[in-house]
Amino acid sequence: MGTPDRPLSRRRLLGGGALAVGGGVVGAGLTAGAHAFAATDAQPATPAAPAVQVLGTQTVPFYGAHQAGVDTPAQAHAAFLSFDLRPGVDRAALGRMMRLLTDDAARLTQGRPALADTEPELAAMPARLTVTFGFGPKLFAAAGLDSHRPTSLAPLPAFPIDKLQPQWTGGDLLIQICADEPLTVTHTQRMLIKDTRAFGSIRWTQRGFRRSRGMEDDGVTQRNVMGQLDGTRNPKLGTPVFDGAVWVDSGPTWLHGGTTVVVRRIRAELETWDAADPTAKEFAVGRRLSDGAPLTGVDEHDQPDLAKTNELGFTVISESAHIARAHVTSDRQRIFRRPYNYDEAPGPDGNSDAGLIFAAYQRDIGTQFLPIQRNLAENDLLNDWITPIGSAVFAVPPGCREDGWVGQSLLG
Amino acid sequence: MSISTTARGLALAATAALALLATACGSAAEPASTSTPPPPSASVPADPIAVRDIWVKTADKGMTAAFGTLLNTGGSELRIVKATSTASPMMELHEVAEVDGKMEMRPKEGGFTIPAGGSHELKPGGDHLMMMDVKAPVKAGDEVTFTLTLDDGKTFEFTAVAKDFAGGNESYNPGSSASPMTMG
Repeated sequence: MGTPDRPLSRRRLLGGGALAVGGGVVGAGLTAGAHAFAATDAQPATPAAPAVQVLGTQTVPFYGAHQAGVDTPAQAHAAFLSFDLRPGVDRAALGRMMRLLTDDAARLTQGRPALADTEPELAAMPARLTVTFGFGPKLFAAAGLDSHRPTSLAPLPAFPIDKLQPQWTGGDLLIQICADEPLTVTHTQRMLIKDTRAFGSIRWTQRGFRRSRGMEDDGVTQRNVMGQLDGTRNPKLGTPVFDGAVWVDSGPTWLHGGTTVVVRRIRAELETWDAADPTAKEFAVGRRLSDGAPLTGVDEHDQPDLAKTNELGFTVISESAHIARAHVTSDRQRIFRRPYNYDEAPGPDGNSDAGLIFAAYQRDIGTQFLPIQRNLAENDLLNDWITPIGSAVFAVPPGCREDGWVGQSLLG
Repeated sequence: MSISTTARGLALAATAALALLATACGSAAEPASTSTPPPPSASVPADPIAVRDIWVKTADKGMTAAFGTLLNTGGSELRIVKATSTASPMMELHEVAEVDGKMEMRPKEGGFTIPAGGSHELKPGGDHLMMMDVKAPVKAGDEVTFTLTLDDGKTFEFTAVAKDFAGGNESYNPGSSASPMTMG
């Protein structure tokens, strides 16, 4: 930090003095100090961090009717892992795999080391860790259970806007790991991969992030890398609307209480987005960038008035705007988005490789996700600036009890 | 602060750590089963022994080992003198010791002693339940049943789940004559 020959900086002396005056003055004192000595001391004053250890020790229950990690307020960090099953992995082997993975997840999510954990110290900070498992379309045939596959659990049809890359597409098993602490995600990922290796190989890994926990209130709509508030119209957690949209209540009984997830990797074309002016950006989405309010409203959560016209007779929110194209009329048709941003290393030209890991949960892909995606692919002003480059679908089994394991209702 | 809005209500029992474990049985004649209720005539108290976080390293054949914690819940010292398992009937109770600057595993003289109310840890690089001759592959996720014999002749059965594991590769020194073998 400080240069060796100046162990006690003026900045620190000034900060200490301000602290002695009282809490209300601390910030002002530090700010003034930073400004006053900006020319000679480049290091900014750092306010003391509040006591936040509590965030690291929080846990989310693992056992329950539903798997955690869907209706869990989204954690700050996520890894989505997709595996291809090895040839010959059958129903019995899948059962062994899911027992192992369930046991790992049950322990790690509660802040305890997995069995045979080589770094048990890293398990001590669960930070709301959740591990969520999903079964891809081909897993069912491998288990000899294709008749139990939900009808619409199949690779999405090709959309004209797609530029899907194999390295981000498909897979037989999904492990979604979310926590408020990136090292917790890393350790969990490592342990779960070690117990999956005997049964499958990694097809793709997508790591994403949201705003750090504690930066703003839980439940505040997040911004994506394009600066947009993303997820305003999501069904609210813990409401009948959410339950009716997300948890499977018809079709194959083994999946009741589960859900389905579509994981799309959507690249943000930030270089061309930069070239658009703010009015065009807001017009494309139908919402204000500043606060997410629909162009016909005042607050973020105001209902968009898709019929409202301007003095020229055009609708204020374009029929081709993103929110107009994504609009559904029935709560049962809604999808629940739980996206994470990604931001990989820019290319040598400085062009961003960033976007969204778009994870959408719904009872049924065919009647909920697909109609919306068709509408968007057909005509959405936002399509000029976003490109789907990956796509995968999974059935997310219901949760399990302490004497059971995830996937038992299918594979047991 | 609410960390979950769900009605996921099942309590986390402290016993979760014991989820993979095992059923003690009073004698060798009484088969261990989690579903079989104790016979009404059972007057012999269960052995004051339990296991926690037990697992076994996968192996196609040959040698491998089981690790975890043995617990003595009773008031007097227990001594385990023998182990067998469904995967490898031939087993030894091993320790790892430094011999001529090298870590080697070898049978532990006198077996494993668990103090009253105490525990005995079995871990890679330390004491372990050594499976000498795996006949059929022990695959990831398999459940292997073990039987421990105490010095009073009573036995105790438990199951351990098999996990792929890179460590625990000490050379085996069965005595003075045979050449060292590698486990796993």
